[in-house]
Amino acid sequence: MKKYLLICLCILFPAHVWGAPAGGNMMDVDVDPFDKESLQRGAQLFANYCMACHEAHLIRYNRIGQDLGLDDELVEKYLIFKPGAQLFDGMTNAMTDEDAEEWFGAPAPDLSLTARRHGPRYIYTFLNAFYEDEDAPLGVNNLVISGTSMPHVLEELQGLPIAVREEIEGAEQITELKVDDDRAGLMSASEYRAATRDLTNFLDYVAEPIKAERRRLGVRVLIFLFLFLIVAYLLKREYWKDVH
Amino acid sequence: MNQDAPNRNRRRFLTAATTVVGGIGVAFVAVPFLSYWRPSARAQAAGAPVEVNVSRLEPGQLINVEWRGNPVWIFHRTEDNVNDLEKVEGILRDPESRQDQQPEYARNRHRSRQPEIMVLVGICTHLGCSPLFYPEDRPHGMERDWVGGFFCPCHGSYFDLAGRVYTGVPAPLNLVVPPYHFPDENTVLIGEDEPDEGEA
Amino acid sequence: MSETTSGRGFMGWIDDRFPATKMWKEHLSEYYAPKNFNFWYYFGSLALLVLVIQIVSGIWLTMNYIPSGDRAFESVEYIMRDVEWGWLIRYIHTTGASAFFVVVYLHMCRALMYGSYQKPRELLWIFGVLIYVALMAEAFMGYMLPWGQMSYWGAQVIISLFGAIPVIGTDLAVWIRGDYVVSEATLTRFFALHVAGLPLAIIALVVAHILALHEVGSSNPDGIEIKQNKDESGKPRDGIPFHPYYSVKDLVGVAVFLIFFSIVVFYMPEFFGLFIEAPNFEPANPLVTPDHIAPVWYFTPHYAMLRAIPDTFGGVLVMGGAIAILFFLPWLDRGKVRSIRYRGLSFKVALALFLISFVILGYLGLQPATGLYTILARIFTAIYFGYFLFLWVYTYFGLEQTKPVPERVTMK
Repeated sequence: MKKYLLICLCILFPAHVWGAPAGGNMMDVDVDPFDKESLQRGAQLFANYCMACHEAHLIRYNRIGQDLGLDDELVEKYLIFKPGAQLFDGMTNAMTDEDAEEWFGAPAPDLSLTARRHGPRYIYTFLNAFYEDEDAPLGVNNLVISGTSMPHVLEELQGLPIAVREEIEGAEQITELKVDDDRAGLMSASEYRAATRDLTNFLDYVAEPIKAERRRLGVRVLIFLFLFLIVAYLLKREYWKDVH
Repeated sequence: MNQDAPNRNRRRFLTAATTVVGGIGVAFVAVPFLSYWRPSARAQAAGAPVEVNVSRLEPGQLINVEWRGNPVWIFHRTEDNVNDLEKVEGILRDPESRQDQQPEYARNRHRSRQPEIMVLVGICTHLGCSPLFYPEDRPHGMERDWVGGFFCPCHGSYFDLAGRVYTGVPAPLNLVVPPYHFPDENTVLIGEDEPDEGEA
Repeated sequence: MSETTSGRGFMGWIDDRFPATKMWKEHLSEYYAPKNFNFWYYFGSLALLVLVIQIVSGIWLTMNYIPSGDRAFESVEYIMRDVEWGWLIRYIHTTGASAFFVVVYLHMCRALMYGSYQKPRELLWIFGVLIYVALMAEAFMGYMLPWGQMSYWGAQVIISLFGAIPVIGTDLAVWIRGDYVVSEATLTRFFALHVAGLPLAIIALVVAHILALHEVGSSNPDGIEIKQNKDESGKPRDGIPFHPYYSVKDLVGVAVFLIFFSIVVFYMPEFFGLFIEAPNFEPANPLVTPDHIAPVWYFTPHYAMLRAIPDTFGGVLVMGGAIAILFFLPWLDRGKVRSIRYRGLSFKVALALFLISFVILGYLGLQPATGLYTILARIFTAIYFGYFLFLWVYTYFGLEQTKPVPERVTMK
């Protein structure tokens, strides 16, 4: 149900909100550290599409395996592409900052903590905000980071959206991003949203791998403390019978 | 007013109950603080098995690799070295490796999977110095039979070329043989038994 | 020798050599506290609990934290990810820092309401304010250690305040930093002060605070001296031994506190970006300032006052004055009655305004300093200081109309 709501929300996303990038209105995304299947799909997307340029050096491959329920062989097969990388290494790639600088004009930031720095909504919105822009050096632009030096890496999946512009209160604004049928990617619009949600979910996990565990543990701690509260309260009441 | 009168038994019981529940709580809190001292994921990563290519290791050559921060020696014994192991057995403390200083597959005269390839943790069993390698020459001042081996300069312990300790020296035990196996004939993987071998 | 032995057994042996039983009696089992403590009186013992939590978790964090410019940030994430249970200990420490201020602010609020700073408790109050000041320094330096963007730029802004002092300012700021900008030299000295210097000072001040309290005795919601009404055996009629009555009562407070504390630690450790601010998940970068800097919530009232004044040095003076004026409170308030229960209506209104202005200033300190916000900050800064002026005029000239104070404490 939540998902449908989300999709509706995204489609009907009011135009003016795009006017305020970073920190402004973002698309809601449902991150769930307990949804291991989503995290697994997200991890694979990350390894396949993002890691050519980006790293998440603070997370170890074997940690991902443990947390997401993948055994070592699966991790090696689906996540590790860098030659010589070991299971216990962090998710790093072979690209140097200098190369990145030369190819894209800026080094690709490490994504280990992006979800905690900017929030999952920011990542999700960013992934859904690429559009064709002939004036941009790479032919694409982004509504969240205008003039981004990042190419639309997921174009193969999404296709290349074009911006629908409208005159509102005398100024031309982008009201919608849509993918024409002849430029569609491998995924439908809803499949793409689901995929970017998985990717966002994975990055949220990477930023705080312990999140699921701490929530699980929290319940037990609170139950214990309530028990302690009851006993302590009974003891207090008993002693305070002396006080009139 | 009767119900307001202090009830000694109830009071004692509740005090005990609070103490017990509180004590359990303190014990639970202690767990994270104690576990915090265990090797971290980084330390474990650094202690992961080490792969060594031994295809170019000539007979008579010893290489020193690091595993879990300790020196591990890999030595290619010559034919003579292998045959000589028998000669000094009379003056060794534990020639048959009865003490638990090696995996089961190294409980033999050469203390190794293959007679030619020696794998030992290069840390003296006395107080933790790293012994020196004397493949032929007798260490200075030594007056025992010598067919090559290791000499610990810290307190003067001797070991033969299978890491077996001599009698009458401070070190009590043979050198440790780490778990290892050969994933293929040219490679030694130190730190791990053969996968299907289970606990050796 | 046996004649000198006062007690028997193990404790007797100890007591001949160390005043263990004597101290136990003096501070716990025979320390008589008024029996009418209400909700507001939990926060003293809770502050002590938080101090212990911070010291223990802090010692553990120190074991893996590395105070160096290029490794500090990474070492914090190392604790969060690679060290077993490191995440829990760090969240306990970050939550503890904020909990400390929550508890201390409520504790101070109690003192204002019930006149706990009035004669003969002036020194007790002064020790308390000193603890508060030391705690602010401790928290500020601790916030710098993760060496994220907020750590760096927060330190930059706060240290620059010293630069606003005329004549010596520039040199003073350089001296504090040990460099021309905030750098590793600043980090390492703040680390030393955070883990050793200030905790020692705080512990010493807390001991002094408790000794002073036990010398003069606790006040209470009625503001009556229970020592003035003793029974035949010399015990205050309205007093009860701290142990067991208040030790068991405070245990209930501890349980409730720990429930709230755990909810934050396990479910909302960033607490909506107030306890751990999002920009601090980005390593310190001396070349790029985050688009919005706000100090941690417990400094925001003072930060709002700082920004309310158009002149930098004036702002620094106002901010410093807001804290310094607390030291003079016992002499500004010359009221004959301690507790808000029996004080004049004007006092009640003034105190309410003062507390509201403090909270609103705290909110304003989180917002950008623009237009309306700046005007509001000026108004509430004026109310903050106005409270102290009012209190002095109100009491010095005898304008207060108090209600009669009862002879004995009341159990409400």
